[in-house]
Amino acid sequence: MAKIKYGYYPGCSLESTAKEYDLSMHVTAKLLDVELAELHDWNCCGASSGHCTNYELSLALPARNLAIAEKAGLNVAVACAACYLRFKQTNHDLKKNDTLRQKVESLIEMPYKGNVEVKHLLEVFAKEVGLEEIKKRVKKPLKGLKLAAYYGCYLVRPPDVTQFDDPEQPMLMDNLLAALGAEPVEYTHKVECCGGSLLLGRVDIVQKLVDDICQAALDAGAQAIVTACPLCMANLDTRQSKTKVPVIHFSELTGLALGAEPKQYNVWLKKHINSPAPILKAKGLI
Amino acid sequence: MTVQLVTEKGKEKCDPAFTKEVMERSHSHLERCYQCIACSSGCPGAYQMDYPPHQLLRMVQLGLKDRVLDSNTFWICLSCETCATRCPNDIEIVLVMDALREIALKEGRKGTTKLPLFHATFLYMVKMFGKVYELGLILVYTIFSGNILKLKGLMRDAVLGVKMFMRGKLAILPPRVKGKAQIKRIFQLSSKTG
Repeated sequence: MAKIKYGYYPGCSLESTAKEYDLSMHVTAKLLDVELAELHDWNCCGASSGHCTNYELSLALPARNLAIAEKAGLNVAVACAACYLRFKQTNHDLKKNDTLRQKVESLIEMPYKGNVEVKHLLEVFAKEVGLEEIKKRVKKPLKGLKLAAYYGCYLVRPPDVTQFDDPEQPMLMDNLLAALGAEPVEYTHKVECCGGSLLLGRVDIVQKLVDDICQAALDAGAQAIVTACPLCMANLDTRQSKTKVPVIHFSELTGLALGAEPKQYNVWLKKHINSPAPILKAKGLI
Repeated sequence: MTVQLVTEKGKEKCDPAFTKEVMERSHSHLERCYQCIACSSGCPGAYQMDYPPHQLLRMVQLGLKDRVLDSNTFWICLSCETCATRCPNDIEIVLVMDALREIALKEGRKGTTKLPLFHATFLYMVKMFGKVYELGLILVYTIFSGNILKLKGLMRDAVLGVKMFMRGKLAILPPRVKGKAQIKRIFQLSSKTG
């Protein structure tokens, strides 16, 4: 298999509140022979606050990162679902409107032709490396582990922009978890919103949405919820008020199944508020 | 001639220029909305909104500017894209909400929520550091929103903050981006034109 190489965009959260996502992503990528070259001097994508209040800013901030990748001749692999949509939206809007693209070039004072392809790392692993290849490389199947694959909003919506999977019934993460030997459960809340950008502004709403998602996962028999976004993780892991479901990044589980070392995964697992360690221990996985 | 509408609130002024501005900013065909309520049915924030999305769209169609801009609906909107994905008429409802926020801020209407403050604080961090300084964002927002005076929430978040700190999840120092000056210029240029 030809070597897969991407310009890696971790996003702000992966440098602090979602450190374990970053650490596990690097280990897992290495185990799958995917090279992640971090984009030089990347900046914040502007997130929800950008597009909520200033449209041009919401294009210019991701565009600076895309221009850096274009200069380096790399396509971009994004870890955070929210950054992923901002990048995809920027490409989508600039491709449709050349005047706007030139305007954005003048804002970032860099050329950007719009030729950089943007992928989420879940797509890089599950689609590009491929499930068959991953199956072959599994050293420690996640046997007996019932998992709720949680996609949230920005991987799947808006579908014409992200083109990730079915917007109502996505299966990519479920299929990855099954390839790792786990049992993905069917449940009602895989694309419901976790509260996202209201994480500080309206904790009451976040708490209700998080409780609904966690209860739905429990009702379906899940022992843990799996995410592909640091913000979903932050909300789900810290704002449960009625349940205590462990939440774990897809990269941590993939790394674990592919044979990550205890000294690696112990660091990741210690960083969770609701620790996934007990259920992983009970299944003999750590 | 001013068009007035008799509603449950009495006589309200209709402002067609407002409808036009929202449609232009959001590139959305608002006139297509026929009140099927698919948007509001799937909206995770509707239960806290002054008006659910389909009602707000109707008010924008009618040009009920004050009622729309003084509502909390577009501030509560989570931009989760569920409504726009399900809309049978392909109305970009999230872009409509973005347009309403922009217009409200332009006119200095901050509404009843603290969310304009959150967005401003978030973007200030990005402008200053090039990336989000999470600890700074939490502290500045907690103080300026007055949440620091709400004891119950403050205790809950302080306990959570300590737990996160102990797990090495809250960086003390702000992040650094070498192209900080460039980022600042992006902010200055976009705010002039945005």
